[in-house]
Amino acid sequence: MADLTTDFVGIKSPNPFWLASAPPTDKEYNVRRAFDAGWGGVVWKTLGAEGPPVVNVNGPRYGVIHGADRRVLGINNIELITDRPLEVNLEEMARVKADYPDRALIASIMVPCEEQAWRDILSRVQETNADGIELNFGCPHGMAERGMGSAVGQVPEYIEMVVRWCKAYYDRPVIVKLTPNITDIRKPAQAAKNGGADAVSLINTINSITSVDLDMMAPQPTIDGKGTHGGYCGPAVKPIAMNMVAEIARDPATYGMPISGIGGIGTWRDAAEFMALGCGNVQVCTAAMTYGFKIVAEMKSGLSQWMDEKGYASTADFVGMAVPNVTDWQYLNLNYVAKAQIDQDKCISCGRCYAACEDTSHQAIAMSPDRTFSVIDEECVACNLCVDVCPVDDCITMIAMTPGSIDPRTGKEVLKEYANWTTHPNNPGAVAAE
Amino acid sequence: MTSVTAPGITAGRLSADALAEAFGDLHAPLDPHEVRVAADRCYFCYDAPCVTACPTDIDIPLFIRQIATGTPEAAARTIFEQNILGGMCARVCPTEDLCEGACVRELAEGKPVEIGRLQRHATDTLMARQGHPFTRAPATGKRIAVVGAGPAGLSCAHRLAMLGHDVTIHEARPKPGGLNEYGIAAYKSTDDFAAREAAWLMQIGGIAIQTGSALGDGLTVDGLVADFDAVFLAVGLGGVNALGAAGDDHASVNDAVNFIADLRQAGDLADIAVGRHVVVIGGGMTAVDAAVQSKLLGAESVTIAYRRDRDRMGASRYEQDLAASHGVRIMFNVQPHAIHDGEIELEYTADTGTGLSGTGETIRLSADQVFRAIGQTLTTDGGLTIADRKIAVTGAGRTTRTGVWAGGDCAQGGDDLTVTAVAQGRDAAMDIHAALVGDA
Ligand SMILES: Cc1cc2nc3c(=O)[nH]c(=O)nc-3n(C[C@H](O)[C@H](O)[C@H](O)COP(=O)(O)OP(=O)(O)OC[C@H]3O[C@@H](n4cnc5c(N)ncnc54)[C@H](O)[C@@H]3O)c2cc1C
Ligand code: SF4
Repeated sequence: MADLTTDFVGIKSPNPFWLASAPPTDKEYNVRRAFDAGWGGVVWKTLGAEGPPVVNVNGPRYGVIHGADRRVLGINNIELITDRPLEVNLEEMARVKADYPDRALIASIMVPCEEQAWRDILSRVQETNADGIELNFGCPHGMAERGMGSAVGQVPEYIEMVVRWCKAYYDRPVIVKLTPNITDIRKPAQAAKNGGADAVSLINTINSITSVDLDMMAPQPTIDGKGTHGGYCGPAVKPIAMNMVAEIARDPATYGMPISGIGGIGTWRDAAEFMALGCGNVQVCTAAMTYGFKIVAEMKSGLSQWMDEKGYASTADFVGMAVPNVTDWQYLNLNYVAKAQIDQDKCISCGRCYAACEDTSHQAIAMSPDRTFSVIDEECVACNLCVDVCPVDDCITMIAMTPGSIDPRTGKEVLKEYANWTTHPNNPGAVAAE
Repeated sequence: MTSVTAPGITAGRLSADALAEAFGDLHAPLDPHEVRVAADRCYFCYDAPCVTACPTDIDIPLFIRQIATGTPEAAARTIFEQNILGGMCARVCPTEDLCEGACVRELAEGKPVEIGRLQRHATDTLMARQGHPFTRAPATGKRIAVVGAGPAGLSCAHRLAMLGHDVTIHEARPKPGGLNEYGIAAYKSTDDFAAREAAWLMQIGGIAIQTGSALGDGLTVDGLVADFDAVFLAVGLGGVNALGAAGDDHASVNDAVNFIADLRQAGDLADIAVGRHVVVIGGGMTAVDAAVQSKLLGAESVTIAYRRDRDRMGASRYEQDLAASHGVRIMFNVQPHAIHDGEIELEYTADTGTGLSGTGETIRLSADQVFRAIGQTLTTDGGLTIADRKIAVTGAGRTTRTGVWAGGDCAQGGDDLTVTAVAQGRDAAMDIHAALVGDA
């Protein structure tokens, strides 16, 4: 059996699955249930400064995007940081950590951008024996307007400054949680690194309006006739999150910096994908909010089965393995030629590939009167749309053409040599191949 | 109340409650959650096979998408534009042989999208929430006679009225609906649906119906041709084939269609007499319906005796299973040999390659009541050319006589289904319209 224990910036946990700072980690009760269910760690719901806690709305906090059969594809929320007194949270954290010493317990923090405010809370957090802290520079709603959350996360200089304070007043690992509501995710990551952060975690939620109530003419969730943008998360945001993770993982300035992956992770496979892109562990929220804590059982069994099959003894064996294969478009091999192929035994003749290709692509699928669908190699540009819309797994696949054969579409030989845009004759800025 | 084991043919074998439960909806309406789950399963196929399989060419993927996006009324319009009896078809179509049988999910996982029940959801919703969804085109001044108010006649009349023509329907029976009203199994058309649907359909306006007015009974095709601009014959199949066995005229022998018609028209099902031991001769939908409903009325044993093997049986596999699940025994390769008091003697058959013949071996079954369900025949041909024992037609129901069209069970070519009758009525209407106003 593969060893799932992870060491993330010195913080040990029995598996790489942590619960992200969010409603599931708001209270001792929830966190105990999570640990009993098998989660490796939790990032406690974000703590604010001492004093009267924030208040939440008393109407709906969440909006949703559904797929077929009301499957949750994405949820957005307008919830704030914890609305319970700091003292209560700290006491609970200390109790839970004492009872579950083998699990990771991280304090998430968001206080005003003042040195004293950070200094005050860090000393309090220290007393809980939490394993580390995560700086919430990501929340896009409610707190940002008050100069916290994503308002800080969008200004690299602030990030660096706050991280420096934390490293000065706190002696355990400091993780910086990044907001995706920014044009270039590498900049805040670099700032975190420059400030001395031990790791970054990403992504926090994405600014969003999930739906509009067409009777009220108001965005949802709607509070007394009005709505506001909330933070979007769940399976729908996974592609955005993975791109941002990969950007940081392959940026020379941040290369090798530990990353905790967040954003639409719900299965072992999602987790493995984030880890392959350089994440030392992952954090989960929406999937737990959708199905409850038990999903971690599948995540653990799935990841360990896959690792066994692949021969990975520990998670460190495969973390970052896909990073070298993430490149820029201009370096993709333009001599690689593939063609779609339809497995007639698997085909159920729905014709979706035909509709997609005929109406919106390259008219490269033929339909016979008896509903046999086949690819016209002379027209197929291997765009993959048919593969994407086919309802049957592995029914349509992309087959690479062997070098030396003739591509019926172009009439040209498929070359074995790698050649990319940088040297392509059509590229005005092409440099001669060396 | 008598009992299941009471001998002979007797009424009231079951209590009122038991009867009400037995004759409840065969396919109960989907609830809103089921609708959503069912609609989400549709793949929105290209040139979808289900549409090809539907005799009325309903755009099924479109109407399911309209349901899935919360507009069942728009879905119903999509259905009714092709099939004005979409409500009844949703209840009675042998979907396993039609749309659902062609569904790609039937091929993929053996569980088709529930097209029939989704169609019912859409049509029920519209019929409950709105009045009639269509309006008539400006009057053309043309007058058309339709004979028979079954699915074919009603469908034709509605389309003609919609196109601006004035329609007079002559119907022999006291109520419109044809076999929807008098023939379809009670558990397929509950809550008086056939009558409600016919009334709703008439709301288009421009359709006058004369019930108790039968062709051949004072009314002639010649007369109709003289009085109207066009005539559409949709008289169905009135007669019932004889058994051709000794004892065919025995008191225990009845026509299944009459038994079913009485049952459908009964104010109280407890008034319908049924045997303790019932044998139904035949292999089509009528045989299954007579058998199942006999069982539901409280018959102790019910047997369907069919002269060929299972593969040749007219009733679909689904219908056969339905019968079996109600405790009806189906015997294959047997034909009636003689009717005795309280018994029927069946002879085994064998396919000789040139035809079916008795093997000489017989078997006796208890039988207080024997139903003939071996097919109906055309009784009112209106003096037209006959082919395959039906009114000969070409194209969209054109008979050999100019100005006279025919469709439904009485006309050559259909499948003797409600939905094919609807399709033929509609297509004949379009052809009549083209012939009368010439702008097709
Ligand atoms: C017991 C039974 C069960 C069935 N179950 C199903 C089923 O589950 N699903 C399915 O799709 N199909 C079923 N069918 C077949 C279906 O009912 C018929 O195919 C359909 O009703 C044919 O429609 P039609 O309009 O041609 O004829 P009909 O429905 O027979 O209508 C003909 C009409 O013409 C009238 N008429 C007859 N003679 C005259 C005359 N001389 N003058 C004036 N009016 C006249 C009749 O009274 C009747 O109203 C069943 C049939 C039977 C008998
Ligand atoms: S009319 Fe009948 S065959 Fe056509 S789609 Fe509806 S249920 Fe299916």
